[in-house]
Amino acid sequence: MSEATLNKDTGDERLQRVSPVKKTLSRPEFGAVSGAILVLAFFAVAASGTGMFSGSGIVNFLEVSAQLGIIAVAAALLMIGGEFDLSIGSMIGFAGILIAIPAVQFGWPLWAALLFAFSFAMAVGFVNGMLVVKTGLPSFIVTLGFLFILRGLAIGLPRLFANRTQIGGVHDTMAGDWLAPLFSGYVGTGLFQWLADIGLLATNFAGNPAVEGIPASVAWWVALTAMATWVLLGTRFGNWIFACGGDKNAARNVGVPVNTVKVSLFMFTAFSAAIYAALQVMDTGSADSMRGMLKELEAIIAVVIGGALLTGGYGSAIGASFGALIFGVVQMGIFYTGINTDWFQVFLGAMLLIAVLFNNYVRKKALEAK
Amino acid sequence: MSSQAPMIEMRNVDKRFGSVIAISDISMKVHRGEVMCLLGDNGAGKSTLIKTLSGVHKPSNGELLVDGKPADYQSPSDALDAGIATVFQDLAMIPLMSITRNFFMGREPTVGWGPFKRVDWKYADRVAMEEMGKIGIDVRDPSQPVGTLSGGERQCVAIARAVYFGAKVLILDEPTSALGVKQASVVLRYIAKARADGLAVIFITHNVHHAYPVADAFTLLKRGSSLGTFRKDEVSREEVLNMMAGGAELESLDAELSEFQRNEQHDDEITEGSLPASAAHGPQSSGARLATGY
Repeated sequence: MSEATLNKDTGDERLQRVSPVKKTLSRPEFGAVSGAILVLAFFAVAASGTGMFSGSGIVNFLEVSAQLGIIAVAAALLMIGGEFDLSIGSMIGFAGILIAIPAVQFGWPLWAALLFAFSFAMAVGFVNGMLVVKTGLPSFIVTLGFLFILRGLAIGLPRLFANRTQIGGVHDTMAGDWLAPLFSGYVGTGLFQWLADIGLLATNFAGNPAVEGIPASVAWWVALTAMATWVLLGTRFGNWIFACGGDKNAARNVGVPVNTVKVSLFMFTAFSAAIYAALQVMDTGSADSMRGMLKELEAIIAVVIGGALLTGGYGSAIGASFGALIFGVVQMGIFYTGINTDWFQVFLGAMLLIAVLFNNYVRKKALEAK
Repeated sequence: MSSQAPMIEMRNVDKRFGSVIAISDISMKVHRGEVMCLLGDNGAGKSTLIKTLSGVHKPSNGELLVDGKPADYQSPSDALDAGIATVFQDLAMIPLMSITRNFFMGREPTVGWGPFKRVDWKYADRVAMEEMGKIGIDVRDPSQPVGTLSGGERQCVAIARAVYFGAKVLILDEPTSALGVKQASVVLRYIAKARADGLAVIFITHNVHHAYPVADAFTLLKRGSSLGTFRKDEVSREEVLNMMAGGAELESLDAELSEFQRNEQHDDEITEGSLPASAAHGPQSSGARLATGY
């Protein structure tokens, strides 16, 4: 028993206005949002005049951010729920193969291949989750197993069915497919055309707007971030996610269906990896065994930069999204400024360390009596 | 107490884990408006007993009756739905989550419809504030993390939560063991209030000074079996103390300590350390230590 708890037993002298500034500082996403502003400001100066902040340049770095953001948001929910998924990266490659083989080799309609790949991915997520909750093994190990299994399948299956590790020709199957537009093309093309017409948006030589619209990946990114934030902050399920990650026994004791929550979160990360794969396959027109390498680690970095604790129970989807934005901005910024891209990884590692130290500090602050 | 059926009753309940018999042949009744104090040393089976009551474990043998009806719980949430609320030693509180989020964890009030169903956090905040206010804890900000509360306040959030959600049976696992004197009295007052409100309370403690004032009856567990149930008017505080801690052991401890002290004083004539002073405080401060749950 410490004296600290005794002497703050009663009395209103404890009452102290918490300034809005301090409240903002203690939000989990604070680090990521301010970091994103910082790198944007940095490259706005360092990369000025290089076209990074022209319409198409912005779309470029947003697309890079969006792809990572899609899986980072799902990884954030899972990490807040107290688990990791190291199989996300392999799942991207594997799901891509699952779309391309049926669509190209077997001649299925693309929508059927997509549905097949999504269901299969979520089934793998389900197995991942069940293994973790039923055996009580750390998700780190279970999903590390799937990292290799899925990567192996992503290499082995196309070799078996097509005798190569890259399957092209997906573009040909997209024409007229009802599901394909969900993962390709642009959103709001009309709006952008109008903006160009009234002169708010630059046009190219043919008089078309320089940016056709919001790429599908960016739309997915924004939509998933909004949805995940809504779930976390607004719904019962969101409260359960925090509870599972905070203390799963405590949560179970008050009647939270911990296993259901965790398994659905694993299914959601697999689902997000499948979205990533679908977007990539339709963008490039091909699936490749080696797609998504190391993406699981990048996603975790984005989540941690976004303010989530590795131990679970704390974090934010918006933070993870901004973590992904930092990624995209820096990756493209390094490209535009002509800095040797080797330095990107140095930056990544440094960012991760700074983020973890910062989060640690924030958590301590959060638990101190305010 | 009354002629009506006990609020909760165990009949010849056994619980085995593999070949280990955690509790055997336990029978116990608790009526409305009654506080049953469960006593026993570490390993006596108290935790297994309350986990069986709260639906975490299923009894291997025997029967559990709630309000006279047989109860068969598959999970803690079944037990909760039946009005059996347990405040576990670890409080089932999550330090990094806010008071409100903890208070309503697993039972969040929702508004809206279909996919737009959301938690009514405004209402939840207000209820959490009110309920905490009722037990005399002035919550500064319901969105502050539970980790910023003191031990006593946390305990009260846990109990207030259980009562708010319509508990008919309140099971408290060592609610005062980690608390200071003042905070413990807040919790004990709250237990008395819960009893007055007609709840059946099962209260587990090591501390006779906490148990005796609020309990109506005592059940003593030892090595997994019940040594019997005693009404408060049948036993004195000292007898209870003897039963729960093994009075003989405490007496021999006292003797040992004074022996130790004598030796130290003897040594002290040569070395002049600070140890004898603290050792000398040992026996005298045992009352205070008991009060803080040792």
